[in-house]
Amino acid sequence: MPGTDRETDLSERTEAFLAELKRSGGGAGPLRGSGETARETVALLRKITAQARWSNAGELMEIVRKEGRRMTAAQPSETTVGNMVRRVLKIIREEYARSRGSSEEADQQESLHKLLTSGGLSEDNFRQHFAPLKGNVIEAVNELLTELDGTTENIAMQALEHIHSNEVIMTIGRSRTVEAFLKAACKRKFHVIVAECAPFCQGHEMATSLSEANIETTVIPDAAIFAVMSRVNKVIIGTQTVLANGGLRAVNGTHTLALAAKHHSTPLIVCAPMFKLSPQFPNEEDTFHKFVSPQEVLPFTEGEILSEVNVHCPVFDYVPPELITLFISNIGGNAPSYIYRLMSELYHPEDHEL
Amino acid sequence: MAAAAEAKELNDNSDETDSKKNEILRARNDGMELSKEEKQRLRKEKKQQKKNKKDDKGQPDNGMGKKDKKPLTAPSAQVTTQVQQPVVTQKALSASPVSEAPAPVDRPAKSKAELRAERRARQEADRASKQAKKGESAAQPSVGKTKAPPNELQPVVKRLPEHIQADDPEVVKKLAKKLEKQQIPVRLDYGYKVSLFSHLHQYSRKAPLTQQMSIPSTVIHPSIVRLGLQYSQGIVAGSNARSIALLHAFKQVIRDYSTPPNEELSRDLVNKLKPYISFLNQCRPLSASMGNAIKFIKKEISNIPSQCKEEEAKSRLQASIDNYIEVKINLAAEAITKFAIEKISNDDVILVYGCSSLVNHILCDAFKKERKFRVVVVDSRPRLEGREALRRLVKMGIHCTYVLISAVSYILPEVSKVFLGAHALLANGYVMSRVGTSQIALVAKAYNVPVLVCCETYKFCERVQTDSFVSNELDDPDELTVTRNGRTQLKHWQSFHMLGLLNLVYDVTPPDFVDLVITELGMIPCTSVPVVLRVKNVDQ
Repeated sequence: MPGTDRETDLSERTEAFLAELKRSGGGAGPLRGSGETARETVALLRKITAQARWSNAGELMEIVRKEGRRMTAAQPSETTVGNMVRRVLKIIREEYARSRGSSEEADQQESLHKLLTSGGLSEDNFRQHFAPLKGNVIEAVNELLTELDGTTENIAMQALEHIHSNEVIMTIGRSRTVEAFLKAACKRKFHVIVAECAPFCQGHEMATSLSEANIETTVIPDAAIFAVMSRVNKVIIGTQTVLANGGLRAVNGTHTLALAAKHHSTPLIVCAPMFKLSPQFPNEEDTFHKFVSPQEVLPFTEGEILSEVNVHCPVFDYVPPELITLFISNIGGNAPSYIYRLMSELYHPEDHEL
Repeated sequence: MAAAAEAKELNDNSDETDSKKNEILRARNDGMELSKEEKQRLRKEKKQQKKNKKDDKGQPDNGMGKKDKKPLTAPSAQVTTQVQQPVVTQKALSASPVSEAPAPVDRPAKSKAELRAERRARQEADRASKQAKKGESAAQPSVGKTKAPPNELQPVVKRLPEHIQADDPEVVKKLAKKLEKQQIPVRLDYGYKVSLFSHLHQYSRKAPLTQQMSIPSTVIHPSIVRLGLQYSQGIVAGSNARSIALLHAFKQVIRDYSTPPNEELSRDLVNKLKPYISFLNQCRPLSASMGNAIKFIKKEISNIPSQCKEEEAKSRLQASIDNYIEVKINLAAEAITKFAIEKISNDDVILVYGCSSLVNHILCDAFKKERKFRVVVVDSRPRLEGREALRRLVKMGIHCTYVLISAVSYILPEVSKVFLGAHALLANGYVMSRVGTSQIALVAKAYNVPVLVCCETYKFCERVQTDSFVSNELDDPDELTVTRNGRTQLKHWQSFHMLGLLNLVYDVTPPDFVDLVITELGMIPCTSVPVVLRVKNVDQ
């Protein structure tokens, strides 16, 4: 009886989480930050690990994968969910390997070896039962949670290394990471220009928040990005996802900003925590673009022409890695060409397809 | 006119000078009010004396100084010193009491002529150096006219327009004085200006102009007042529309104009137009096309021969204005359309930005000529002019797509050509246009999509500019506020003292982003603009 209670409770929580994911995608942009989504995903996975029935690592991984597929299907554009699932899977693999006693090097040798041999061998490897596995996995997941809690502070701590005084910094839209980054450096006097990012104009909120922290801020419309770029020293942006090739999936208007920065040889710095790194590549056309209601673009008041016109309101933009100068994440600064390596440290190659 | 008369009189001998002077003395002693002409002359002399005083700082001798000044100023100089004694605080002049005035006149003419020549030479040199140093106000050109004939050695100095010197208190004061003289109220700046743009004016559009400043109806013609209001509220917007409205208003002014006695139409009308132009400048800074139109009108007016009768002159002016509109705007549009249609092929996807009357005209004509294409209209906040273009194109039946400028990198892979309108083409090949144009050109270049700019030659301008900061227009910052989800984030932006809103109107596109400029003279590259300007100048 307590088991079924726990199970129903678990499935209720999962359903609630899925429903929230579905709802948060539509409407005026993301209502919750990706950090919160990541944390909630990991917490839910921890609960699943603790309460679901499984006897060996393989079964646990199956359960996690199943839940992960459901969650990513609910909101395909929210990639942090999938990323966290993959992290947890990697944790499980590692804990299993440690329990079995095999060393780290063997694992890596295995991956090279895998190029020649079939992948079927690894399936059997996860059938062994280890009693302390559950405890270890939950402990590791807790560590992951603490890491997630500290990402914003870790990134913000690096702010003073990158911002000098009397600088003009440009940003677009609203990113909590960038906001924390700039506020951490506020004791140096610098000027921030925020592009408002139509049609949702989240830049306004960012500007008011920055000006309350005593940072001199200016709001410009999107059309003026190139016009003012010649006076900008650095461009610092946040992003929704970092793709496997080092490119970005960021809020629309970022590609224009990146091109303008490239034209003026202004460095483009992306503040992105590691949980945003996704093994997706940008050529997956059907999952890349997301559109929302074009009501903000051409309102229903323009009724007589509305029916004869196509109106588009894409949410995201693709920024190729050549336009990016630096990634600042909670583990430090990296060049875009290094992203593929970071990915292999975070995720197991078999988990790229959930 | 009084100016030419005075210049002539400078070279006359002293007898005429004396008689004229005595006449005016008599008039003054009789208590008659000085006529308007004399008042104008007096005003000019006051200015000249002020200049003389500045030049003469090195001359400590009061009597000498006074004597030196006298030959150079007009014959009524004596009257000036007497009449304006309480007003003019020039030490050299006011030191000598009224009774001494007749005394210097009796001095021998020889020394006077000598001194006169010597002073004139020095004046010329000083004036040349001063003009080269400072930006002048409108007062000085009229003073320059009353002085000697133009000196070829003077450098060609371009006057720095006042509307980009809002941060210089000297210039602001001079402008205020000039407007006061022309009886035009000064418009006050509004709101916090971003520090990079503190040299530009920023006005509010919330209340119509008539509520903010009282406009004297006797000084400014009502059609000009109406035009100014239309400009300031944005009712008449767009380069061509503003120029045409301006020319029509000037036609009305000319129709209602009547030459006052003893004045020449060619000079007086130009002077009449000056306060109107200052007023329009206050309502909204003049565009390059408007500047060219005004130059054309002034030239036409000053070319009217003095023996021409008033009615004939007026009809001639009106005909030339009509001709200008017809040739430079309407026919030019036809010619440009003909060239541009060659560039539109079937199954094209054409991207346009904002609302350019010329580009709309081209697309409508191309559609009438049975070309099959579809159009992507890109728009931007806060003006949202693209909606107007969208309406016009949809009414014609053209298949359209509509996006905001932040989505342009999403839609560009589908586009085959970009057509842009221009506000002005600068002499170094840069295209000055609505803010956002340079961005579209940038992204189009990145995707290798050809960018074509359509511009009539009357918008070509001799200015050069490399960025969008030094000369631009700031629109009302309140227009950036928007309500989303029931919340207006920036409603109280003025209470955040660290927050500024920037609403630029224009930006400049570098010539390497533009592939072709279509003008009525043909299809030229951006770098040929100074060639066209030179050819035009030679023609005129």
